[in-house]
Amino acid sequence: MGTVLLLSFYISGRGLGASGAVKNTVAATVNTVAPEHVENSAYYSQFAGGDKKPMNNWLIYEVLGVLAGAFISGVVFNRLKLKVEHSPKITSRRRLIFALGGGILFGIGTQLARGCTSGAALSGMAVLSFGGYITMIAIFGTAFIAAWVLRKNWI
Amino acid sequence: MQHGFSVKIGFNILSLKIMIGPIISSGIVSPAWDNIFAVILGMGFGFALESSGFSSSRKIIGTFFGYDFVVVKVFFTAAIVASLGLLYLNYLGLVDFSQLYIQPTFLTSAIVGGIIMGIGFAMGGFCPGTSLAATAVGRIDGMVFFGGMFIGVFLFSESFTLFENMYYSGSQGAKMINSAFGISPELFTFFLVLAAVGMFYGAAWVQKKVKKVEY
Repeated sequence: MGTVLLLSFYISGRGLGASGAVKNTVAATVNTVAPEHVENSAYYSQFAGGDKKPMNNWLIYEVLGVLAGAFISGVVFNRLKLKVEHSPKITSRRRLIFALGGGILFGIGTQLARGCTSGAALSGMAVLSFGGYITMIAIFGTAFIAAWVLRKNWI
Repeated sequence: MQHGFSVKIGFNILSLKIMIGPIISSGIVSPAWDNIFAVILGMGFGFALESSGFSSSRKIIGTFFGYDFVVVKVFFTAAIVASLGLLYLNYLGLVDFSQLYIQPTFLTSAIVGGIIMGIGFAMGGFCPGTSLAATAVGRIDGMVFFGGMFIGVFLFSESFTLFENMYYSGSQGAKMINSAFGISPELFTFFLVLAAVGMFYGAAWVQKKVKKVEY
């Protein structure tokens, strides 16, 4: 994984990410439905509207690649299976509700921190970004405490 | 003989010059290739994530309970390999560090965003990249998590005015962590490697003490 990250910097001058594609997709969708709203928004207008092409973007192509690469690995290691993975002590329903909640929080958190565990923390650490280290410490530090609080969901 | 030798050297230097990275923004490779490389690099990343077991939320979350530290090991090894590699390439003149995208630091939002993500991590068992890997191999919890991100981004964007002050506060530019300690990038990375080795030994010790969890 380190080699892929290194190559990414060497070739494109940037690290790897996952949340940027979500941001661009949301901005592009809102732009299709309500272009005026995008123009008036101090946030959306940074990524969509005008002559910006949020869907024809490095981050989008990269995420499509991630899906394809993970799928290939799933085929190679025989891990393709449609299922909800959860602790035997909780129901699928409970697992999915918490997964949805976690996703929503990540959606908000990534926008505030300008990236996720890969885009801000991992790629940031690779180029020794101060903010990248801070975000990494905040994510893992909080997750250790929160995981303990939510331990009944996992062990 | 003499002549042939010097020609060869000249050629090597020329070929080195051609490949100074990042090769896209320095104009060596046409920007049209950028998106093609994006797919290829993404595939490498996705394959690395899934084959390391990152498509399983219960494996990922094992880090926080001490029964499986693979995620932390892979994460830190990747960061260190990339850091060391970039420093070497920079030293050899093969990469122009100033051309790389260094995440600007906004201290407040980096901390608050990180805390929100940390709670999301413990709830969902994924981060965005790993949820993609899980989605690709058919994990429904991964798909739901990934879908939730769209809702979260939408909520944030719609209520941006509430977050705006926090979003821009604590700006420190493209600050590097080694300068925060007043040391060189090389020395910082050296300490980082030492810290990682210590951490991996610690993790192995904890894992032995903790009751195994089947998943």
